[in-house]
Amino acid sequence: MSDPVLSVKGLSTHFFTRAGVVKAVNGVSFDLARGEIMGLVGESGSGKTVTGFSLLGLVDAPGRIVEGSIKLNGVELTTLSEAELRKRRGHEISMIFQDPIATLNPMLTIGQQMKLAIDAHERVSAAAARSRATELLTQVGIPSAAARLRAYPHEFSGGMRQRVAIAIALLHRPSVIVADEPTTALDVSIQAQILAKMRALARETGTAMVWISHDLAVVSSLASKLAVMYAGRIVEEGPTATLLRDPRHPYTAGLIASLPAMAKPGAPLNQIAGSTPSLLSLPEGCPFSPRCTHASGQCTTDADMTQNGGRQWRCFHPVGQTAPEPA
Amino acid sequence: MSAFVQITDVTRVFGPKLSLGEKIAAKLGGNVETRSVRAVSGVTLSVRKGETLGLVGESGCGKSTLGRAIAGILPPTSGTVTIDGAPVMADGTKATTRVQTVFQDPFASLDPRMKVGHTVAEGPIAHGLTTRADARRYVADWFDRVGLDPAWVERHPHQFSGGQRQRIAIARALAMQPDVLICDEPVASLDVSIQAQIINLFLELTRDLALTSVFISHDLSVIQHVSDRVAVMYLGRIVELGPVGEVFGNPAHPYTKALFGSVPKLVLDADELVRFETIEGEVPSPLSPPTGCNFHPRCPCATTICQTGRPSMEPIHDYRSVACHHYKACLGKEEHD
Ligand SMILES: Nc1ncnc2c1ncn2[C@@H]1O[C@H](COP(=O)(O)OP(=O)(O)OP(=O)(O)O)[C@@H](O)[C@H]1O
Ligand SMILES: Nc1ncnc2c1ncn2[C@@H]1O[C@H](COP(=O)(O)OP(=O)(O)OP(=O)(O)O)[C@@H](O)[C@H]1O
Ligand code: SF4
Ligand code: SF4
Ligand SMILES: [Mg+2]
Ligand SMILES: [Mg+2]
Repeated sequence: MSDPVLSVKGLSTHFFTRAGVVKAVNGVSFDLARGEIMGLVGESGSGKTVTGFSLLGLVDAPGRIVEGSIKLNGVELTTLSEAELRKRRGHEISMIFQDPIATLNPMLTIGQQMKLAIDAHERVSAAAARSRATELLTQVGIPSAAARLRAYPHEFSGGMRQRVAIAIALLHRPSVIVADEPTTALDVSIQAQILAKMRALARETGTAMVWISHDLAVVSSLASKLAVMYAGRIVEEGPTATLLRDPRHPYTAGLIASLPAMAKPGAPLNQIAGSTPSLLSLPEGCPFSPRCTHASGQCTTDADMTQNGGRQWRCFHPVGQTAPEPA
Repeated sequence: MSAFVQITDVTRVFGPKLSLGEKIAAKLGGNVETRSVRAVSGVTLSVRKGETLGLVGESGCGKSTLGRAIAGILPPTSGTVTIDGAPVMADGTKATTRVQTVFQDPFASLDPRMKVGHTVAEGPIAHGLTTRADARRYVADWFDRVGLDPAWVERHPHQFSGGQRQRIAIARALAMQPDVLICDEPVASLDVSIQAQIINLFLELTRDLALTSVFISHDLSVIQHVSDRVAVMYLGRIVELGPVGEVFGNPAHPYTKALFGSVPKLVLDADELVRFETIEGEVPSPLSPPTGCNFHPRCPCATTICQTGRPSMEPIHDYRSVACHHYKACLGKEEHD
């Protein structure tokens, strides 16, 4: 494989709150090749958004990156100044936020915002900026885009605002896009349109993506690689289809089994017992152990990542294997 | 089987939001452009006793508005809703406790300052289903029923997770001992694994209590799982209705077909290249719905008659109907590009 565009090693981001240290991201590592789309799934609160924020250097106090390395096109980001980071943000790496309201300024028209986003990194004429903005808005499915440039965000529906946010993230054809639940608020038909567009973009321009989502079907149709997070860690990673068909980590297996598509209509769904542990007081050893049907005494210590045939998992008693892999 | 909930020709129009200037102009007899939204338009539908009717359709098509009209929370502009023959609304207010609702947002639907036990007890006390003296035990029973620790009645909403709050909302609805339960996106804000818990609870309770229910969701896999029959809505109208297996297995209306086609499926084969099917064209504005068949600007099977003649719901057979001039011709037609 050629050099990855993005290489994350041992990333830990903690929040130092009055109640204690929230270990939101705890030793996350992954690589992303040019044009590769990686799905990032996991329970609510497992650290997906904080991981994304960390990649862009957007974590605010009381949080900070406490450990690890993030290399974007070979350049270490964790030691860069804010000014250096700003130069890259939106240009080399951009993010589509879970909440599109956070991206858009209510006081400016869509056209003004897109012009500002272009101006931040390039010098182009007003006419050129307008035609680029119009083209991108059309591509994300906003009809009569040229006229819509004069509209303010409140004149758009939630789904349209989300599409504007996507268009802004695409403006500079960045090397990496972190997309945080970008299509959750959209109707299925518009979602399909955006997914098709994003996949074409990855193919044609080599933009790599971290695609954060709850929706395993969306991820399975888009991402070639999948990472599953639980309580701040990646607990399993591998080729998407293989991982979904044949999961190793008991949390992944539980997640897949709980999908309505996996049960007969009307029959009870499989469910994972219990709920997510508090990040303030994680159980000793494997954080999934209180809910895990495979747990043994060994699980009170921390499992390392087991690497095997292009995939990896963090578990002593992986699903679908008769005996644990030798260490 | 006979109808238990009967919805007859229900229409709900939301009046235009007028600016102050327009209001004054209107008062003075000026000609103010009307921008009213026909959120629900001439819906006739029945729900049988003990069944779950799924309601699907794009955002803004009127699902919640119809749900609220059935629940007696929102008066229809015209038309009626009855439960077992009795109207759910009288004089513009809710006339029965026989229908209860569970909403999407478990955070917004509970009073943050009130102990959850009190929130759940209020309705049943007011309607004489329990006494103030007995309320605690009554509520604790319902907590137990929905899988919550009865001791938690003393807690406040912020002490619960999203899934637990949704259980409380379900307990509150069921403590009114309704015959009909309207669920409006009850699992949309929940995590996949918590979603499964709530869906299981719903399946168990509707069966054990013989509830009749209307389940609104934009998640088709959830609808497919919980419903007996499904109604597909487009721009305020029902366009297809039938048993869930048939509608999902062999959709008749071109919109249903397109809607189902655009839902991503779980891909388990690495070599399979998914084609993302999209519905051509933009969702039309309910402010100015198209003439004839609402769907004609986006429909691959549209002909000239579709631009002028509105198709009505016609039976395909005894228990299945569709509103489309050309559904037969369109049924077998291959997916177009
Ligand atoms: N500013 C903050 N201060 C304290 N804790 C925080 C802060 N921001 C996030 N966290 C905590 O970090 C953890 C991870 O949050 P994150 O938003 O990354 O979860 P997520 O996986 O994106 O969840 P979701 O699927 O709900 O979006 C959570 O427990 C959250 O409460
Ligand atoms: N109180 C209101 N005042 C004015 N218009 C309204 C009101 N409530 C709903 N509408 C309009 O009625 C139409 C139908 O809305 P409704 O909420 O019933 O849709 P929905 O199918 O539930 O959508 P979603 O899937 O997004 O929840 C929309 O165009 C909406 O803007
Ligand atoms: S390490 Fe043990 S507790 Fe953790 S997931 Fe594996 S078997 Fe379960
Ligand atoms: S009536 Fe005509 S436009 Fe409407 S769905 Fe049928 S074929 Fe399409
Ligand atoms: Mg998040
Ligand atoms: Mg709604």
